[in-house]
Amino acid sequence: MLDRAPAPSAETGTPTRPVAFRGAGFAPVANRYAGWAALALVIALWQAAGSLALVNPLFLPTPWGIARAMYRLGASGALWHHLSWSVMRIGTGWIIGTTAGVITGFAIGLSSQARSVGITFISALFPIPKIALLPLLILWLGIGEQPKIATIALGVFFSTAISVYSGVDAVPRNLIRMAQSFNVPFSTIVRRVIWPGALPSILAGFRITASVALLLVVSAEMIGAEYGIGAFVLQAGNLMQTDQLLAGVVILSLFGLAVGKLINLLETRLLHWR
Amino acid sequence: MDLIADHISHRFGALDVLDAVSLEVAAGEVVGIVGPSGCGKSTLLSILGGLLRPASGAAELRGAPPAGSLNPLTFVFQDFALLPWCTVEANVEFPLLHVGLAPAGRRALVDDALRRTGLADFRGAYPKQLSGGMRQRVGIARALVVRPAILLMDEPLSALDSQTRELLMEDFIGLLADGAMGAVYVTHNLEEAVRLADRIVVLSRRPGRVREVVAIPMTRGERGAIGAREKLLSLQNELWSLIRTEAIDAEREVQHA
Repeated sequence: MLDRAPAPSAETGTPTRPVAFRGAGFAPVANRYAGWAALALVIALWQAAGSLALVNPLFLPTPWGIARAMYRLGASGALWHHLSWSVMRIGTGWIIGTTAGVITGFAIGLSSQARSVGITFISALFPIPKIALLPLLILWLGIGEQPKIATIALGVFFSTAISVYSGVDAVPRNLIRMAQSFNVPFSTIVRRVIWPGALPSILAGFRITASVALLLVVSAEMIGAEYGIGAFVLQAGNLMQTDQLLAGVVILSLFGLAVGKLINLLETRLLHWR
Repeated sequence: MDLIADHISHRFGALDVLDAVSLEVAAGEVVGIVGPSGCGKSTLLSILGGLLRPASGAAELRGAPPAGSLNPLTFVFQDFALLPWCTVEANVEFPLLHVGLAPAGRRALVDDALRRTGLADFRGAYPKQLSGGMRQRVGIARALVVRPAILLMDEPLSALDSQTRELLMEDFIGLLADGAMGAVYVTHNLEEAVRLADRIVVLSRRPGRVREVVAIPMTRGERGAIGAREKLLSLQNELWSLIRTEAIDAEREVQHA
């Protein structure tokens, strides 16, 4: 049986005071409704400024004007035509760049020889703005789709390779040692330990390369394309059709948001264990 | 099956870590390895388990592994080394995926390991959902599933709080009770060493050499009795007196490094 200790007797005469709370702050919480409300407010003010003729609609069309332009583009089929060209270029370039980047990243992450050679090349070539290579790629590949797709693929490749080998490097070594201690073969360690361990970094890389691909497709289309959202935005600017120009920009923004949502979905599905 | 360290020496760069360490772990025997910080305890265990190639000397096995053993030398890691993307069940099944067992056979082994470690109700949980003690139980279940001859335990309790350590120590004593498995138990905690080991190898300060081998003159069953406490405490003090001066020197060396 344990002896229960008596409670300490309280000092009665001395007054007490509360301990001051010092732990507030440094825990920001976003209110999702506030964000939407702020966006709606900005659009409303923008619309009001246009409707009251405070700004020239040639330089800044109203949101309603942009929406009408988008509707007309959609109804006429021009939007889908331009969008499909851009999506084809982004999709092809991204898949080629990502495939090559994942293979190279894994090689650098797993092989001493590939690391010795690969990191030097990637460090030297990564900082080059890939759009600067487009004229050279046109010389090499002709004026068709190949140079645009190659520019996107190059831009995607370097970022992907870096995020993949960084992800492979970040896989805790203790997990690899654990697998080795059970004589798990190399290929199984790569498939079941390194791949899932590197996946958070790889998916973070996808988020970056999606933006890179979007930037490069618009730039490439502005330099030399008849169809595509970039070409459409440039033509609209040349013709002073600013409502159509901004409609193209909004479509690009929506496309970027959709890709971001897709990657969020992938992260939720594949990284639920985090 | 016996495990033998034959004059194992090792260095990391210019740093000599182990110097001609020789010891033997007989079948079913539990050997504790203690010593001051940085004396090469964990390095020695990695070499014994084939995860590190020694600079000289060798780790050797004598005799055949027990029938049905899928991985005679099996580690239990200090940091559990669980795959965070796998459930408890998948973590325990992981070492069996490449050994060519049929799914039903794997399932039976996993069920048995989960039952022995009290994890049967947690098979669908992810490591992040478990307490430290439960995570280490998963690590132990994963070790048991391959029917090891010798467990190589590298400070398996040092990442846990004292109450969980006590509970897991009771589990270890239960698992090693029938003598079917031997173990090499690396620890800095002398109390754990005297409660679990049949013999304790005391390593010197870096480079680690075998300084003393202390036998614990009672069975693990007897050590639970109240009357045994005094004897165990005196053994623990004896070990501490062997290590204390070097532990102080080692600590100062680490702080100056």
